[in-house]
Amino acid sequence: MTDFNWLLALFLAPLVGAVAVLLVPKGADKLAKQVGLVVSVVVFALTVAMSLQFVPAEAGDFQFSFAYDWIPAFGVQFAMGLDGIALVLVALSTSLVPVVLLAGWDDVGPESRGSVKGYVALILVLEAAMIGVFAATDVFLFYVFFEAMLIPVYFLIGRYGGARRSYAAVKFLLYSLFGGLLMLAALIGLYVVSGDLLGTGTFDFTQLVGLDIPESTQRWLFLGFFVAFAIKAPLVPFHTWLPDAAAESTPGTAVLLVGVLDKVGTFGMLRYCLELFPEASTWATPVVLVLAVVGIIYGALLAIGQSDLKRLIAYTSVSHFGFIALGIFAMTTRGQSGSTLYMVNHGFSTAALFLIAGFLISRRGSRVIDDFGGVQKVAPVLAGTFLVAGLSSLALPGLSSFVSEFLVLVGTFERYTWAGIIATIGIVLAALYILLMYQRTMTGEAPDEVREKVHDLRGREVLAIAPLLVVIIALGFYPKPVLDVVNPAVDRVMQSVGATDPAPQVGGPVAEGTQQ
Amino acid sequence: MSPFSGAVASVAEPSSAVSEASGVFGLTWLLIALPLLGAAVLLLGGRRTNPWGHWLGVLMAAGSFAVAVVLFAGMLGLGEEERSIRQFLFDWVFVGTFEAPVALRLDQLSMTFVLLITGVGTLIHIYSVGYMSHDPDRRRFFGYLNLFVASMLLLVLADNYLLLYVGWEGVGLASYLLIGFWYYKSSAAVAAKKAFVVNRVGDVGLSLAIMLMFVTFGSVTFEGVLDNAAAASDSSLTWIGLALLLGAAGKSAQFPLQSWLLDAMEGPTPVSALIHAATMVTAGVYLIVRSADIFNLSETARTAVIVIGGITLVMGAIIGSAKDDIKKALAGSTMSQIGYMILAAGLGTVGYVFAIFHLVMHGFFKADMFLGAGSVMHGMNDQVNMRRFGLLRTVMVTTWITFGIGWLAILGVPPFSGFFSKDKIIEAAFSVNAVAGWVTLLGAGITAFYMTRLFAMTFHGKKRWTDDVHPHESPWIMMGPVAVLALLSAVAGLALGPTGLFERWLEPVTGFTEPTPPVAPAVISIAALVLVLIGAGIAWVTYARNPVPEVAPAGNLLTRAARADLYGDAVNEAVFMRPGQYLTRWLVWFDNRVVDGAVNGTAATIGGLSGRLRRLQTGFTRSYALSMLGGAALVAAVLVLVRL
Repeated sequence: MTDFNWLLALFLAPLVGAVAVLLVPKGADKLAKQVGLVVSVVVFALTVAMSLQFVPAEAGDFQFSFAYDWIPAFGVQFAMGLDGIALVLVALSTSLVPVVLLAGWDDVGPESRGSVKGYVALILVLEAAMIGVFAATDVFLFYVFFEAMLIPVYFLIGRYGGARRSYAAVKFLLYSLFGGLLMLAALIGLYVVSGDLLGTGTFDFTQLVGLDIPESTQRWLFLGFFVAFAIKAPLVPFHTWLPDAAAESTPGTAVLLVGVLDKVGTFGMLRYCLELFPEASTWATPVVLVLAVVGIIYGALLAIGQSDLKRLIAYTSVSHFGFIALGIFAMTTRGQSGSTLYMVNHGFSTAALFLIAGFLISRRGSRVIDDFGGVQKVAPVLAGTFLVAGLSSLALPGLSSFVSEFLVLVGTFERYTWAGIIATIGIVLAALYILLMYQRTMTGEAPDEVREKVHDLRGREVLAIAPLLVVIIALGFYPKPVLDVVNPAVDRVMQSVGATDPAPQVGGPVAEGTQQ
Repeated sequence: MSPFSGAVASVAEPSSAVSEASGVFGLTWLLIALPLLGAAVLLLGGRRTNPWGHWLGVLMAAGSFAVAVVLFAGMLGLGEEERSIRQFLFDWVFVGTFEAPVALRLDQLSMTFVLLITGVGTLIHIYSVGYMSHDPDRRRFFGYLNLFVASMLLLVLADNYLLLYVGWEGVGLASYLLIGFWYYKSSAAVAAKKAFVVNRVGDVGLSLAIMLMFVTFGSVTFEGVLDNAAAASDSSLTWIGLALLLGAAGKSAQFPLQSWLLDAMEGPTPVSALIHAATMVTAGVYLIVRSADIFNLSETARTAVIVIGGITLVMGAIIGSAKDDIKKALAGSTMSQIGYMILAAGLGTVGYVFAIFHLVMHGFFKADMFLGAGSVMHGMNDQVNMRRFGLLRTVMVTTWITFGIGWLAILGVPPFSGFFSKDKIIEAAFSVNAVAGWVTLLGAGITAFYMTRLFAMTFHGKKRWTDDVHPHESPWIMMGPVAVLALLSAVAGLALGPTGLFERWLEPVTGFTEPTPPVAPAVISIAALVLVLIGAGIAWVTYARNPVPEVAPAGNLLTRAARADLYGDAVNEAVFMRPGQYLTRWLVWFDNRVVDGAVNGTAATIGGLSGRLRRLQTGFTRSYALSMLGGAALVAAVLVLVRL
């Protein structure tokens, strides 16, 4: 089994699945969905099997690595490998796909502009691209997946979305394309620089790390990558595409978009900006911290002010991405491990929020918050699951997001006290946007329309949501499996960027716990 | 020199030799696990568990109490210095030097709380079987109650501040769920949200305190922080203390975060008794006393604690004096009594023991009275307006007697429990600072006034019942627990106070210094009693001897202010809510028109497409590309210009 190329198999499986779905005869929608679901479950099982062979102690190194020559003229390789950070993000992606397919079973039907099997196939193609983008160890290959992801998402929004889907899809595409363009320019620059320094140019990440790139050059290259990632994540002020895209897509697409795709932005900052351009990253830190802190507060205030359920959830994510960026650029192990964990936890809690909101919206036929009320009376299970998802979003201690949010806060606070304090105020705003939303939709007297149309969750819906809630609670009390693989990888990032944790004021029990 | 000095001159250094749990103490985790299991079964089990759900809830609380008794017996078998026991369960949050495991600390302080929580908790579970018998959602109610007990136990048993935070927020969640238990009432849903959000403001304090601890000590465990407190700088200790105080103020409804507690009375009455009187709201006191080593070293922090406790003590008493809603009057009283405890905790080693002693006694007599109020409501069709009560002693004899014992206890009439606990706080306050002493002394007088007013309006005077009520005594399943609490209110103080048992029990954890008031303790006791008699006398004449108007008279300026909760809500509304609403509304506009619009608009200008502006709304490809360029170039320019 050791010779088995787990990672390549994992990457190819959803692609093969997509082809299989497309081969399903026209009109056999149910079969297409069944095939898609089975494939996604198989992919998830593969992920689990692979993760069991991952060595946590060496999570700072790339495991399951392989490389094939792709464009030898430019030293481009089809090279993949997983460190601890990439592993957990791949696992996040492959675990959300079956959930999304199951939850969105009836979201696409004969009345949609696109076909059902097209929808399923696009999601599987997207899954492969997500695996690829996290697993790539060749920067050019990363870029290719970074751009390739746009295509399925563009069609998923533009074909299967709501009333203003084309506006949203085009806006999404253009923002992303623009960012991609900047990254491409920086990528070429990086290749040229590596050629100068190494003799032959390369896109191999492990060779590029530690290159002594002159700082002025670094800054330009950093900006190219960073702006692309800041659009993708998104950070304020690049965020306005997100509420439109999330609100207009089907709940499933919104989950993959906000839950996974946007993480490529923050993943990219951590992996590529910090490790490839350490001096430039340090140089840009003050500005990024300001953007992150502004994003936390600004996103939260905007979420409070929304009247559309899906836009509200999208804006909470703007706030959460502020936290993630903050932790990454705080340049402490707490901050960066916290941010990585945050990416995972946010994926699950936002998925639950979007999917349950989707159930609610499709029943009532409206996204407007004021059209709801008293849902807890008519659909207690739906309301209960929504509350748990919401509490996870506001980082209730005991649920998974708390661990990550607190690590980000403490990791920021120990180096940038002011940023840590302002960000902490975000926890009050988070309580407001979640509980106001819950109060307005779920409590009080139920209007007639709600009474007539909204019924409780069905078996399939419970089956889709339950695993998310289990993970949210389990990782809240036992984040060890994730921390075990993330911490060593973060140590590597810290080393690459040349940062060390600040020492406490009082010596005490610290010395013995230190690894170095 | 601050006026609040002196008390900590001779700090009895508590020993902190912590041993790993073995033998019977290996059961400590069960304390939490039992009610947690109950909550899980009841909340996930759905309607299937309806027929027996409430009994499972009772069983789990009682089981936890049984474990507590076993552990208590085990602890008594150990020497005084060996009673600190740690049980490590599993790794939780760890990154580099940051380590917060799931580990429990059982010592005299947490043991005291565990007995209070599980004991009073079990009684209130039993009471609720009767009180909630007609509610179709009774099973859910017991699920939440079990969740509360588990969280509260985690709060007091956690061995590090981060895990304490989980229990801290868990009780906040249970409180939120129970205040909003009747969610179909908008007022309940709003009150629940308000309680949670105000508590979150306090949580900012607790979060910052934990972060400061890590930055200062490189640790968040009790051992790592408290044992090294002496090595930290004064300013660090002060900031940690103040941040902890903010957290305590949120959870314990202390000024300026007091406003949520009165609204919290929207919850079912057993909830008010358990959560909003006996246990959860006292968590702030626990937090401060647990962190004694920090407060011992920062006079500024201690002074702040005394001031906050003193202000709240007076505020709560004034509010309690003006309310006609029996539960809100009791809630004002709770605020005020916790003010006493907080103030006592701020006195340093001279006060910690008495803060906890009063906390436990208050747990007995206030739960007794809240449950009594519930019994009254049960008999009066859920009415709460005391102006329509009166003369209920004739029809609700058991409720009258048990409530009367609670009333005597809170007044501080010897030999009832409040006498021993409150007098000690007054003594301790006088030995630290005269102002603090006078505040606690006068507070005793006001307490006597509002409590007697409440007691007289409800049980004495003339009948003022509405036509549709037929008051009757509550069933034994409700009155049994109340009787037990009344008994404890009557004798617990005498048993534990003058015998010195409680002081000796807690001293190894909190340290203890004998109070040294400027006059003899007997003088203080007599002064307090005289004030109590005056306060009670005025109230008795006004509300029992004279007729009580069925509609509240306009009242003077102070009465009107007190009815409006001393304008706490009005201030919040004017300073935070309204401006906040305007701000969010404006920001939504700003984000849609300016941030998004700038992108669209710049694009239009650059592309020379101003004539086709309308098409932007449907997504004109090129203009977006161009507009993004504008935005990104701007940020890139800022990055370069600012730093180069």
